[in-house]
Amino acid sequence: MKRFYLLLFSSAAAFTLSACGGSEETEGDGGDLEEEVVVGEEEDDATDLTFWTFEGLHTALFEEAAESWNEENPDDPITLTAEVYPFDQMHNNLLLSLQSGSGAPDLADIEISQFANYLEGDIQLEDMNDQVEPVIDDMVEERLDIYAEDGNYYGIPSHVGLTVMFYNEEIMDEAGVDIDSIETWDDYIEAGEQVVSETDATMTTVEGDEHFTFWPLISQRGSDYFDEDGNVILDNDVNVETLQFIYDLVHEHEIAEITPGGNHHSEDYYGFMNDGGAASLMMPIWYMGPFVDHMEDLAGKMEIRPLPVWEEGGNRTAGMGGTGTVVTNQSEDPELAKEFLAHAKLSQEGNINLWRIMGFDPPRHDVWEMDEMREENEYYDYFHDDLFDYLLEIQDEVEDINITPDIPDMQNEIHTNVMHNVLRGETHTPEEALEEAAETIRQGGAAQ
Amino acid sequence: MNSSLSTPSQQIPPEKKGNKFTSFFNSKKVAPYVFVVPFILSFLILYLYPFVYAIIMSFQQVLPGQTEFIGLQNYERLMNPTFYRAVFNTTIYVICTVIILVVVPLLLAVLLNSRLTKLKILFRTAFFMPALTSVIVAGVIFNMIFSESDSAAANQVLAWIGLDSVDWQYNAVTGMFLMVALASWRWIGVNIMYFLAALQNISDDLYEAADIDGANAFQKFYYVTLPALKPIVIFVSTITIINGFRMFEESFVFWETSSPGNIGLTVVGYIYQAGIQQNDMGFGAAIGVFLMIIILVVSLIQLKFFGAFKKDE
Repeated sequence: MKRFYLLLFSSAAAFTLSACGGSEETEGDGGDLEEEVVVGEEEDDATDLTFWTFEGLHTALFEEAAESWNEENPDDPITLTAEVYPFDQMHNNLLLSLQSGSGAPDLADIEISQFANYLEGDIQLEDMNDQVEPVIDDMVEERLDIYAEDGNYYGIPSHVGLTVMFYNEEIMDEAGVDIDSIETWDDYIEAGEQVVSETDATMTTVEGDEHFTFWPLISQRGSDYFDEDGNVILDNDVNVETLQFIYDLVHEHEIAEITPGGNHHSEDYYGFMNDGGAASLMMPIWYMGPFVDHMEDLAGKMEIRPLPVWEEGGNRTAGMGGTGTVVTNQSEDPELAKEFLAHAKLSQEGNINLWRIMGFDPPRHDVWEMDEMREENEYYDYFHDDLFDYLLEIQDEVEDINITPDIPDMQNEIHTNVMHNVLRGETHTPEEALEEAAETIRQGGAAQ
Repeated sequence: MNSSLSTPSQQIPPEKKGNKFTSFFNSKKVAPYVFVVPFILSFLILYLYPFVYAIIMSFQQVLPGQTEFIGLQNYERLMNPTFYRAVFNTTIYVICTVIILVVVPLLLAVLLNSRLTKLKILFRTAFFMPALTSVIVAGVIFNMIFSESDSAAANQVLAWIGLDSVDWQYNAVTGMFLMVALASWRWIGVNIMYFLAALQNISDDLYEAADIDGANAFQKFYYVTLPALKPIVIFVSTITIINGFRMFEESFVFWETSSPGNIGLTVVGYIYQAGIQQNDMGFGAAIGVFLMIIILVVSLIQLKFFGAFKKDE
């Protein structure tokens, strides 16, 4: 009898172990390639370059860049393999392959809040100084600084990420509000009260477990999580006041709701917004992509305007979000990879494509006024023809944001504790929540 | 030269060479080692090496090209509210799953084993089915059922019985309920199988003897079935405890890596968050070592409590 149980025990244990091993393999190690695009396979003697990204849309830009590269450089052709992985998997795999010294691609996209992880220790990325320096005067330098360390530029930005207000004009008209009359946040609240009383919609939504309501607003006011020297300033007066403002939108003025699904990238939100759930949305201009892809019913109804100001003459936008493309030191031909990356994202042509294909406000400001930027594309079809004029108007009102190695910890605090405890849980006042989070980062931040 | 070389090979029949080969592997001294080599190798490479390395890393700050020993700093940093929260969540989860995953399958197995139950095969299959689904797929479905909107299935049911909608994924209690429910739904069938196997091994003689002594159904269950199932109860509760402490997916499918107010943070989730997402592998390793100690201690206490170390009488 005992032997029987022993046998059962051991076979079951073996079963459990192998079952776990199996699941880890499929879920954990990056086997979940979502999409793969290969360009230039037919070229002879082409150099193979691999590019990892977490956003399928980004491959379109590199696909086109590889094609034009091969046309312009018949002596030095490339075969580009672009691989798309889920967000976490791609960043984890890249970090681990750089840490271990093998398995990394030639080129990779790194999202802004993850970038600091890659600047720790001996940096495993190639600096792009030779490519950046000739064009730096034509670029929005703040965006390059985000991906720089000790004067070396490692990541090439994809956009400026100007934050704007998207208004659903149908709802605003129904409420009898002229959106061009909204200049300050007080005007916005007043308009919101009108929307709530006259229509079924709410004025806007605030992110309850992400940062795209809080961070743009504090950045608009010239504040940030960290100061220039990397000290935590999360709990300063401006930030407390701003979080209180967000709280008041929801609980005091009752013109905002906590975003369904917790953030503006959730399926719940897409459905809610598409059905006319809210009259407006504050997001960076690159959020045109989700509008076009997920909220088809709003085509032709959305108007883009600068943000309301806090005080007269204040900033009407903030630069938010971003992705830096890097060349890793594991590339077999780093010079070629760098030149190709410059071709894709630093050239005028590349920057025009950033707008044309992706709907991004390109980081090279010398293309902003060019005629190519006014050519028809799906974003002009969905939104309005003069949207770029508004961007030109506000392009200089972007504050620098300070990126430190503690950014990933900080984002985690904002996502899990601060927004939740203040807005949904209502267990903390803005001051308490921000002080608690600031203290956590000050004590337990990444050891340097 | 040629002939002298070829002569021996002609003289020795080819089978003899084969014999030598097979007899080498058939010898009682060698054969056992040959059989265990695959296991030993995979154990050394995939378990022992990472195990030792993780312990070393827990005393290091690990960065590319700048890995250095920093003494006990990682362990000192462990004592923070987030870690306490992770341990607390995991402990509650373990307690809930152990109770549910031992008691419920035990009762269901007894029912399924009863001669009175109809459609046994159908029920057995139905109970076992969830174990075959991927936790990610199951999680997506659970996510839809327990979404915050009023039209989600769970909130609809609440509405029928006149209750308000619940933000399932935003409260500590309902969040824990979701994780335990998902785990229970998946593992009940497997545990039923263990208990069924054991039940079918209990000799009918014992029940006959109990009948003769005039025992009723409950007495038979308590005095005959339960004692006979004790080894399986020990086994099931041990693996449930171990699996509970290393739980990750049940939390991940609801909130991915960051849950509101850390209501879904588990110890393994914290390893992932700190070690990989925040690029602090030394600290992650320290959490892992700590988790290993917790599992070891809890398992030992539990086995001692059940008397598993006593010699079989």
